[in-house]
Amino acid sequence: MTDSALLADRVTLGYDQVEVFRDLTVEVRQGSVTALIGANGCGKSTLLKAFGRLLQPTRGSVGLAGTPIRSLSAREVARRLAILPQKPLTPAATTVRDLVMRGRHPHQTLLRPWTATDAAAVERAIAATGMTELADREVDALSGGQLQRAWIALVLAQQTPVILLDEPTTFLDLSHQLEVLRLVRRINAEQGSTIVMVLHDLSLAARFSDRLIVLHEGRVFADGEPWEVITPEVLATAFGLEALVIPDPASGRPLVVPLDPTDVPS
Amino acid sequence: MTGQGEAALDREQGTRATAEPGERTPAGPVGTAALPSTGGRPPTSGIDLGVIALPWRWRVLAVTLGCGVLVLAAFTVGIAAGSSRMGVLDVWSTLLGGGTQTLQFIVFELRLPRACVAVGVGLCLGLAGALTQTFSRNPLATPDILGVTSGASAGAVVAIVLGGGGYSVGASLLGVGIPAVAIIGGLLAAAAVYGLSWRQGVDSFRLILIGIGLTAILGGLTSFLLVRAQLTQVTAATQWMVGSLNGVSWASLWPMVVVLAVLLPFALTQSAPLEINQLGDDFSTGLGVAVQRHRMLVIATSAVLAGVAVSAAGPVEFVAFVAPQVACRLARTARPPLIASALVGAALVQLSDVAARVAFGTEVPVGIVTAIVGAPYLIWLITRHNRKERR
Repeated sequence: MTDSALLADRVTLGYDQVEVFRDLTVEVRQGSVTALIGANGCGKSTLLKAFGRLLQPTRGSVGLAGTPIRSLSAREVARRLAILPQKPLTPAATTVRDLVMRGRHPHQTLLRPWTATDAAAVERAIAATGMTELADREVDALSGGQLQRAWIALVLAQQTPVILLDEPTTFLDLSHQLEVLRLVRRINAEQGSTIVMVLHDLSLAARFSDRLIVLHEGRVFADGEPWEVITPEVLATAFGLEALVIPDPASGRPLVVPLDPTDVPS
Repeated sequence: MTGQGEAALDREQGTRATAEPGERTPAGPVGTAALPSTGGRPPTSGIDLGVIALPWRWRVLAVTLGCGVLVLAAFTVGIAAGSSRMGVLDVWSTLLGGGTQTLQFIVFELRLPRACVAVGVGLCLGLAGALTQTFSRNPLATPDILGVTSGASAGAVVAIVLGGGGYSVGASLLGVGIPAVAIIGGLLAAAAVYGLSWRQGVDSFRLILIGIGLTAILGGLTSFLLVRAQLTQVTAATQWMVGSLNGVSWASLWPMVVVLAVLLPFALTQSAPLEINQLGDDFSTGLGVAVQRHRMLVIATSAVLAGVAVSAAGPVEFVAFVAPQVACRLARTARPPLIASALVGAALVQLSDVAARVAFGTEVPVGIVTAIVGAPYLIWLITRHNRKERR
């Protein structure tokens, strides 16, 4: 129980009339990197939003380190859990440092305004994401990869034990995807943060996560370590994908090779 | 206003003082990269205004102080200008207790109330506009879209047409009646817009659409009443609906003073959530902002600010739209700076009133001038900005 960083306990989740999950139970252990995967529209982001209290379950409850998340104030949650939403709005006339400074908002109170600790946290987050040289650049002048790192720096400046990332690699080229995911692993290794992310690329998810959760038709279809989850059977059912799974020669993790009937082996 | 600036300066220095010898926290939870040396001056520093630390830039501070000086100058001119001529020194010596009896009478009885109301109306509208434009992340969203203006106009026209007549805004037969009816109408309309927009929380976009719809309905109602009214009533109503400072008195000022004294400091406490809300609702929640509560407070604040201004001088056009945009461009910030927006509003209304009284010979309602003066200035600022970017 104390080991659980996040627990969705028999939650029913949906938007307006559309129900996405009913009586879903998912637990995330502390200090792990978990990827939520599944076909488009399977509810990956919905579950992540529920973990991040952006979506209230209509039934059931979400617990944060054993405490019901609804019993905590918005600010208290923000000191324990950070979430990077899928499409944040990029503000105009704002430097990277200004942006990252906003991550300190949950730590400020009437009696404890901006302090040296906040400034230090901001600088560390900027350095950790390799943004030091770009810190005074305006965010709308950044490339996609740099901007994504700036968002992650903001979330890091929050200094929370739990970090949720909704598709942190979308719109990035492969090398920037790798850069972001390496950063995620480093944050996990060095700070022991619990990280839950939504990813699309199965091979990358398998390579950088401790645990994969496959969502399909309103339930957890498969759950476990990469080799337990990434199997041709799971891919066929949950993704409608005919594929080979082979060991990645570099990492030894499962690598997905999609098959196509028109493929002609050379 | 200057006190505000000084406080900011003090705190800014205070922050830096602690930042330098300050606890260099031993590698905390984020122990990844070494701290860069704190040698260079950070471009921004935080200051505390209530529950918040917001980054103050020197430019914002300078623009705010500059606008403060401008308001003071406009205020002086506002008192000096008129049929009996008066020097700047006369104005201030009279204000500070000197001057002849004639000067005292002119200043305290005739011109000071009007100048104070002009500044008050500008402050309220500028601040209200900055709040609505910021929370909705839309520069077109003025307090008008909350229904305040149309509600107040409808209320005032109802009072004028059904209640009798009256030519001036403040001191007419219905002097007490119209402002009261107007503010009630404005606040009811705002409440209706907010209530109709609610669906598991209020979304800014839906709020704007419903605001536009309700504005159209109230506008239709107002026109209907005007068409059926008598000519004198139509004249009075039209005067009111353009926005005018003719005939304002001390009685028009006090509600605004009270509202500003309470809501200006309150608006400043909402500064940090407003800043964070620029990243979107989800991010705001993630950073610990109770988005819906914050939004409701900001909407209520701007509705009351706009309502009290409209009830004092009628819907002075364009101030709530143009003042925040001008302040935003002068300060080069991501969103309109609150105090500077209020000050630009005050300067705009005051200078427009002077122009209305002096340059145009006859007394033209201030609302006409604010649009004629304010809009070209905004257009000039925007085109100048575009040209610079192209280079």
